[in-house]
Amino acid sequence: MDFPTFLIQLLNGVQYGLLLFLIASGLTLIFGIMGVINLAHGSFYMVGAYLAFSLTELIGNFWLALPAGIALAVLLGIALEWLLIRHLYRRDHLYQVLLTYGLILVFEELRSILFGDDVHGIAVPALLNFSIPLTDTLSYPVYRLAMSGVCLLLAAGMYWLIARTRLGMTIRAGAVNREMVQALGINVGLLYRLVFALGVALAAFAGMLAAPVASVYPGMGNQVLIISFVVIVIGGIGSVKGALVAALLIGLADVFGQVVFPQIAGMTVYLVMAAVLLWRPRGLFGSA
Amino acid sequence: MMEAPRALRVLLGLMLIGLLLFPLVGERFYIQYATKIMIMAIFAMSLDLLVGYTGLVSLGHALFYGVAGYALAMAGGDAAPSLWWSLPAAMLVSALVALVVGALVLRTSGIYFIMVTLAFAQMMYFFVRDSEYFGGSDGIYLNSKPSMSIFGWAPLDLGNQLHRYYLTLALAVATYLLLRAVLRSAFGRVLIGIRDNEPRMRSLGFPTFRYKLACFVLAGALAGLAGYLTAVQDGIMNPEQLGWHRSGEALVMVILGGMGTLAGPALGAGALMLLELQFSIWTKYWQLLLGGFIVAVVLFLPGGLGSIFARRRGGGAGHG
Repeated sequence: MDFPTFLIQLLNGVQYGLLLFLIASGLTLIFGIMGVINLAHGSFYMVGAYLAFSLTELIGNFWLALPAGIALAVLLGIALEWLLIRHLYRRDHLYQVLLTYGLILVFEELRSILFGDDVHGIAVPALLNFSIPLTDTLSYPVYRLAMSGVCLLLAAGMYWLIARTRLGMTIRAGAVNREMVQALGINVGLLYRLVFALGVALAAFAGMLAAPVASVYPGMGNQVLIISFVVIVIGGIGSVKGALVAALLIGLADVFGQVVFPQIAGMTVYLVMAAVLLWRPRGLFGSA
Repeated sequence: MMEAPRALRVLLGLMLIGLLLFPLVGERFYIQYATKIMIMAIFAMSLDLLVGYTGLVSLGHALFYGVAGYALAMAGGDAAPSLWWSLPAAMLVSALVALVVGALVLRTSGIYFIMVTLAFAQMMYFFVRDSEYFGGSDGIYLNSKPSMSIFGWAPLDLGNQLHRYYLTLALAVATYLLLRAVLRSAFGRVLIGIRDNEPRMRSLGFPTFRYKLACFVLAGALAGLAGYLTAVQDGIMNPEQLGWHRSGEALVMVILGGMGTLAGPALGAGALMLLELQFSIWTKYWQLLLGGFIVAVVLFLPGGLGSIFARRRGGGAGHG
């Protein structure tokens, strides 16, 4: 592998990893704070991609479709939490798995009814539709670089929100002791609703960002869901920092796995997970 | 061990008689569908051993189900081997895979366990799907059924749907009796103890990891039995049989029927598959109805269908 090819793979791996981080961070927050295991998280990624697709057609502009899509995703998150998820807080994980599994079936079939089972594509926005040449023959698309940049900004924003703001402090406190926070006069129900909506919005936003490069197709959510599980298991469930490290690790393992071991490319990330679990059963940053 | 409510046991006895007589009146399609239901009942009971009795919520149980089916398909696609050695061999393959996977996943617990079992099943799914050797995403056809002949005499001809029906029924009943015996043994009581309070069992001196691993291997082998029968019944194995929707479906059956009751998950298999059939007759978007149904069960019927009977008796048998 010569250096430009290596560089391209490296950038692809980092970009894929950062995208996974957006999805996995929501998943890990929802579990870490609310104690809910959410199988439908991949569906929110799919919802985001289809929102980007349909809103871009409707409005005619990707940049306007983005905020509209995020707003709709937040509303979806609030509605789902109020209707279904809040009934799961005190229930066994088993029931959380089942209810959110049922939701996956509902979302997949709604997708099939509304959009059919074809693969759709949306154009890369004109503003970013060019490439940076690396050598005479190889170049790197700017849209992918911009994706990585946006993901990094969001990661920094999340760190600031959780570690530096009053809201973040309440969220962290709510994860440790729900009753105590409630006794101090904080509306925990509202807090959980916010966290869930934030998670949905992050996953949907990841889907919107990915839509121009990965296209929009049935089953796209399940693929991403299971990889996100691998990410948060490796990172340690509940740890946003762990999710970032693990997402980058998995992104790079997947991209380089396809180059180095093409025969078992689909398995590489799971082998990484098995190795990490042998070494640390609670993940890299999991609390004991 | 928690006894099934009396009404449920009576229902079960009636169902067994009904199943024995069913081929006299049922059309071919329904005999075939009933065979598939009984196979899934075996699968759901094997999962109940993990979920309902030992407290291990596995979301990757289809791994062991699929592996045994593939073992049969690989052993002879054109000239199928004798059932007498290929069935134990396929179950042994499942048990060995369960031993390796179990040794790894049982290091984790709770939510990690759920996710890691899912991830291992997906690993096998991708391995099989991406490998030409295993037929890729199209799967492998079994062009003939395993033979049951011993010394030239064959009690059943598996090319015949009716014979497959009765073989499956016999094996489903055998699985139920085996699991009931296991759960009534000292071993089974330790498993239930682990479910209720693992640290206490450990401090009483039980090596809980080894008990859980043995339970995982037994459940894997019985899932393998179901997978083998599926391969025989359908005549094809494809990666979807290893996929996580199969595992999810089995969990729904266990909950629907009432976990930790053995008979419940078997009834749950029947209820879910009959619903699927009915939904798919109503609309081609049947998964929408199924998904909505699952959500409703979790919200309104947490003890499963069996709890309806329990409630009529004055409640008390509810669990979880």
